[in-house]
Amino acid sequence: MKDRVKVLTKLFVSTLYLSAFTFGGGYVIVTLMKKKFVDEYHWIEEDEMLDLVAIAQSAPGPIAVNGAIVVGYKLDGMLGALVAIVATIIPPFVIISAVSVFYDLFRTNFIIGQMLEGMQAGVGAVIASVVWEMGADVVKSKNTSSVLIMMAAFAATCFFEVNVVIVVLVCALLGVVRTLLSRKEGSK
Amino acid sequence: MILLQLFWSFLQIGAFSFGGGYAAVPLIQSQIVDQHAWLAMSEFTDLITISQMTPGPIAINAATFVGIKIAGIPGALAATFGCILPSCIIVILIARLYLKYRSLDLLQGVLASLRPAVVAMIAAAGISILISAFWGSGAVIRLASTNWVLVVIFGISVFLLQKGKMNAIVVMVLAGVLKLAAALAGF
Repeated sequence: MKDRVKVLTKLFVSTLYLSAFTFGGGYVIVTLMKKKFVDEYHWIEEDEMLDLVAIAQSAPGPIAVNGAIVVGYKLDGMLGALVAIVATIIPPFVIISAVSVFYDLFRTNFIIGQMLEGMQAGVGAVIASVVWEMGADVVKSKNTSSVLIMMAAFAATCFFEVNVVIVVLVCALLGVVRTLLSRKEGSK
Repeated sequence: MILLQLFWSFLQIGAFSFGGGYAAVPLIQSQIVDQHAWLAMSEFTDLITISQMTPGPIAINAATFVGIKIAGIPGALAATFGCILPSCIIVILIARLYLKYRSLDLLQGVLASLRPAVVAMIAAAGISILISAFWGSGAVIRLASTNWVLVVIFGISVFLLQKGKMNAIVVMVLAGVLKLAAALAGF
């Protein structure tokens, strides 16, 4: 029981903290969650984390919210999901409430503007470092079709601006075909 | 009843915005500008700007912003709740199925094909953030218009993360401070 309270408290505090620093879209919180829950706390395996991201990705709604729900649910069921959602919502809720009152001042503030600009480069660096680690794992697995899927999915989203839902659906379908084919071979 | 209308509008935004991030923008616009006229188009543009400058998903930011403007804090709560409700139901449903059936080899096969794609999509998101940081949003990529200060800050950040094993959020804040320092120094 004590452990459970401890896990929930840690989940709440770290999700709150991550959410407060998620500039630049849902993938940022997902990468930060990976650093926190996989690398630091060891609560979730790396492969499992990628599955959770795929779930967050394939459901409608903001990825940051979906990611928090799925991680919270994995750690402690409904209660975990609830704790993670509340923690994810609080920072944007409080900040937007304040900003909507002081918008004009906020928009023209030199210090805030410069900091935010610099943080974009920082966010890019965090994502680059996470992608480097995860991409290296895929390449090291020496599984040709995985590497091909990674390259094709990258080209589709980055150059051809294919909707990510379609990418997820096509890859899932490929997985079905792959499994069925290897089953057929195995039974021969 | 205005709270119910806010709840219902944002419920639709939450339920139909697939793909996250800016995929939700046209949907939010159609609900709050075109259908209900809760915001004028110029206010809507301001909202997008605010969302770029503050943490949090754009749909949640919009829910809070519009809710407060129309019906104060209760409005913001109703809109935000509507926005996350579809996510809660659908994500928990999929997560349950995943945790229950993940040992099946068919699901394993599906997930094995999804993992590399997820890495690729995160990479693509990272690149679009960097493009907007180095060349400004919507700008043409040219050597002359590159923001070199940010390129250097990016390099320092990558080094601190990879070699220095520094905490990601510390690195992000540091990147902000570096940019401010550079601006004050006249770069």
